[in-house]
Amino acid sequence: MSNRRAPFPLSLYYFSIIAFLYLPIAVLFLFSINTNTTFSFPLKGLTLDWYQKLFQADAVLRAARNSLIVASGSSFAATLLGIMVSILMMRYQFRSKTLLLGLAALPLIVPYVVLGVALLLLFSVLHVDRSLLTVGIAHTVVALPYTLLIIASRLAGFDASIEEAAMDLGADYPTTLRRVVLPLILPAIVSAWLTAFTVSFDEFALALFLAGTQPTFPVYLFSQLRFANRLPIMIALAVLLMIGTLTLVFIAERFRRRET
Amino acid sequence: MGRGKGRSVTTPAPTLPSPKSEAFGGGVLKGRRGRGLDRRSTFLILYLPPLIWLGLFFLIPILLMAAFSFRADTYGALFENWNLGLNQYATVVATGSYWRLLAVSSLMALVISISAVALSYPLSYFLAFHAGKRAGLYLVLLLVPFWTSYLLRVMAWKIMLGTDGVINSLLMYTGVIKEPLEALLYNRSAVILTLIYVWIPFAALPILAALQRIEWTLFEAAADLGARPYHQFMRITLPLSLPGVLAAFFMVFIPTIGEYVTPLLVGGSRGFMYGNIIQDFFTKAANWPLGSALSMIMLAATLILVFIATRLIKLEDLLQ
Repeated sequence: MSNRRAPFPLSLYYFSIIAFLYLPIAVLFLFSINTNTTFSFPLKGLTLDWYQKLFQADAVLRAARNSLIVASGSSFAATLLGIMVSILMMRYQFRSKTLLLGLAALPLIVPYVVLGVALLLLFSVLHVDRSLLTVGIAHTVVALPYTLLIIASRLAGFDASIEEAAMDLGADYPTTLRRVVLPLILPAIVSAWLTAFTVSFDEFALALFLAGTQPTFPVYLFSQLRFANRLPIMIALAVLLMIGTLTLVFIAERFRRRET
Repeated sequence: MGRGKGRSVTTPAPTLPSPKSEAFGGGVLKGRRGRGLDRRSTFLILYLPPLIWLGLFFLIPILLMAAFSFRADTYGALFENWNLGLNQYATVVATGSYWRLLAVSSLMALVISISAVALSYPLSYFLAFHAGKRAGLYLVLLLVPFWTSYLLRVMAWKIMLGTDGVINSLLMYTGVIKEPLEALLYNRSAVILTLIYVWIPFAALPILAALQRIEWTLFEAAADLGARPYHQFMRITLPLSLPGVLAAFFMVFIPTIGEYVTPLLVGGSRGFMYGNIIQDFFTKAANWPLGSALSMIMLAATLILVFIATRLIKLEDLLQ
């Protein structure tokens, strides 16, 4: 065990699994530049047509825009609520603390199909029409555990005596939060916001129940899977969005790493 | 579905506040100076919005679903036709196919989580002990597929496994088979394969975290006392990484048992899971009280699993 060099089979295994993990994604990419509409070998030729057609397809762009709206709104709300609950969790003692933390963390384990139908039930008995708003509300609930975890771990990382010092110097508590605490947890806030954004952006299980007539991108993609001739366009868009999401995730990681 | 996407390389762990901050939180400075808003009014501003939001959009919907599951009839209106009864549960109990599907779904989740954990253990082991300076880079390499959209990865498998899909056309092109294999897509095996694929990077994370916590001095001591690598692994590495293995198992098992999207895409009617009948009762069949009863059973099963998980795994072990 003192020998740290990789035994050959172990590194071979590692990179075989890596290859296995990348293979379907590579296939997806390959077929987004394939001339043929069916996904079979041999490839007939390569083209960027699908990407071009993508920008002429109104419904596709509308769905992408819907997702953008939902993700922006829900990530903003989830981050705001995450900040609130984190400060309560780390800086206050109160009787209903376990209840609040439990409520905030529980969406992590409740199956999405259960949460989805429960919200569907709520909105329909309240006669609220399904819309981007109802999807956004659901996404806020499921993104909250992530924003809470990211921001709370940052808050745990610095000493509350900094706040005491600010208050000794005459700042009231809201001022202390605004001028001292928020700047200190800013990297975590950015990371939490980006995480919530990506969680919402490709969330499908809840959106399928709650989207109504305005589909988000994953819901639209799902509805188009039946039409074989539209598939390459969808895959082209999927590849673009994949690149977008990955960029966001990398930026989020950067901000989270900065914390320590 | 965004399920399980902490999307963080190492799970950020909230540590307990220091005793000092406890004292601070305990209200040492409460109401100080009386200038502006004190900590107590700030408390309400911080406390009410999350409580109302979670109450309205998380707690009440689930309580409402519980209430619906005790409706004897199949009406949908909130204020009319409320005949309370256990009919829906009686229907569920009497219908063997629901139980069979729940059992099959649990079995599938078991196969998927055991496979994902077994396949990712060597990955974590490699990263923790043998990857050297490049461990960070290799880890990112492992995580990029995980960060990629869940729906797209499932869709990619649909394209891979289809009758005129990638695998079939490749096999026919190379002359291995004459007729396309029908059995690849739209069955339980396709669901299992796809979900194992989806979960591998995720399962590697808690195992890696557990392996990284093992003290190197333990191995040195074991080697000094004459333990061979095999015994070092069986007596040190494996037992000490067990909390991570269990965490990985439950982190895969719990969301998988409630799956309905992957069966929808690659499972077809032969690959249905328990989540799909819930979906059907709320969409096509429109029998909400029965769907609610089925959902409550799913919720109860999940909560029992989480309870067992927290008994088996000490949370502190994972958070350090």
